[in-house]
Amino acid sequence: MKHSAPRQFLLRHPGLMRLGVIIAILVLWEIAARFLIDPLFIAPPSRVVASLGTVWHTTGVPAALRLTFFELAVAFAIAVVLGLTLGLAIGLQPFARRSVMPIVLLLYGMPQITILPIFILYFGIGAASKIAFGVSHGTFPIIIAIVAGVQNMKPILLASARSMGASRWQILRWVIFPHMIPSFFAGMRLGMSGVLLGVLLAELYVSTAGIGHFTTMFTESFDPTKLFGLIGMLAAMAIVLNELVRRAEIRFGRWR
Amino acid sequence: MERRRQRTQQIASRAVQIGFLLALFALWYLATNRWGVNHLLLPNPIAVWHQLMDVLSTGEYLPDLRVTLTEVAAAFAIAVTSGTLVGYVVSRSRYLIRVFEPLFAGIYSIPIILFLPLYVLFFGLGPTSKIALGTTISFFPIVLSTIAGFSNVDRVLVTAARSMGASDYQMFRFVLLPAALPVILSGLRMGFTVALLSIIGSETIASLAGLGHHIVQLAEGMDMARMFAYIAFVVVIAALLNGVVSTLEARGRLR
Repeated sequence: MKHSAPRQFLLRHPGLMRLGVIIAILVLWEIAARFLIDPLFIAPPSRVVASLGTVWHTTGVPAALRLTFFELAVAFAIAVVLGLTLGLAIGLQPFARRSVMPIVLLLYGMPQITILPIFILYFGIGAASKIAFGVSHGTFPIIIAIVAGVQNMKPILLASARSMGASRWQILRWVIFPHMIPSFFAGMRLGMSGVLLGVLLAELYVSTAGIGHFTTMFTESFDPTKLFGLIGMLAAMAIVLNELVRRAEIRFGRWR
Repeated sequence: MERRRQRTQQIASRAVQIGFLLALFALWYLATNRWGVNHLLLPNPIAVWHQLMDVLSTGEYLPDLRVTLTEVAAAFAIAVTSGTLVGYVVSRSRYLIRVFEPLFAGIYSIPIILFLPLYVLFFGLGPTSKIALGTTISFFPIVLSTIAGFSNVDRVLVTAARSMGASDYQMFRFVLLPAALPVILSGLRMGFTVALLSIIGSETIASLAGLGHHIVQLAEGMDMARMFAYIAFVVVIAALLNGVVSTLEARGRLR
């Protein structure tokens, strides 16, 4: 078996090959967008990158990105607090777990997108409806992760803490809380993808000043370059937020 | 004794669940009939029930249901074919897994619904953009679970079959496929759920027809009772479809 040197090198570094695949896709996209497909519908990546500055300087776009980020942050914070409190309240009580959990799972399994118009009706077309929809998407996975975390805790730990005379608060602080950390961060990650989904769905559905407003505008004016640019920025925001909670999960999830 | 206590607890938790639902409906009824909550915000449950019966008996949901189901079927079929094929090919080599798996997993973590405006621009407002988006969204769980399923087959099984002289086809049919099937099936179920959700979602956001579109139309017409009825209808349809898919998955596992 004789391999040429570069091939050997690529075989030893799958990461570089992955980069090569991404570059190949970008090149194909560039060729397709420049020569094969009507420029009204698709923009070549080179032009999208070049237009990022213009998109950023379009009146209202920085404010819209800030607003979307604000909606995501507030929705995530509310979802975490709600999910943690409800999750602990349901999970720590065996009877509550058995009786309320099926209701939670039922609500979680419901396609929430169908009630988006009701959210808009109750909370208006501003930021409040996006935050509310994000919260309703993000809370349930957090509750479920927290309850699963409590459930997986070894009863012997609780029993031994109690038999050694730990108070309710001490048990919560020194036994339950440390054991909750891995599932708490797993819940945060799932909650973040839920919040992203909810807020973005509501933004795209109707928006007066958020990014949904601009995606509609760029779509209707057949300006794919700016549309790709804006969506690229949002995707970057989503990736960064996802990555932050994923890193936190890896960092804090392995204390044992 | 123990069993009896368990039974009592079971009955008690059922009672809580039923009580919760009853309380919800009672509150809803009282709010609209007694406390005078605006009917544009919260329609009367009895009116909603009548509207639901009307929707069901006139069959006006049929065209929208057909559009949505066609879109879901097309998207899921494409995603299953491409996802399992690509997944199988990638899973055949450790190198390819290391190249492609992180790539797919990375894209899977982005909320793909974000690209809906691009799809609408490219494929138009009609069913094509929904099929394309649904395909993209359900492709990733399917391809990832196919890779996971085929790449984690026990080495011993493969070596044993090989040494007993299994042909490539026999190896696939009797060793790899049965070992990978449970994982693939759960990927398929997840792919179906997200395809259904994303298609109803994209119909809600930008479309010409379909169940999601109809809900928006009713919302814009401020026809609240009918909208609530229609939402209930869509929720039940989605639950039925997901139930069917879960049952099929459980059956496939048993084989």
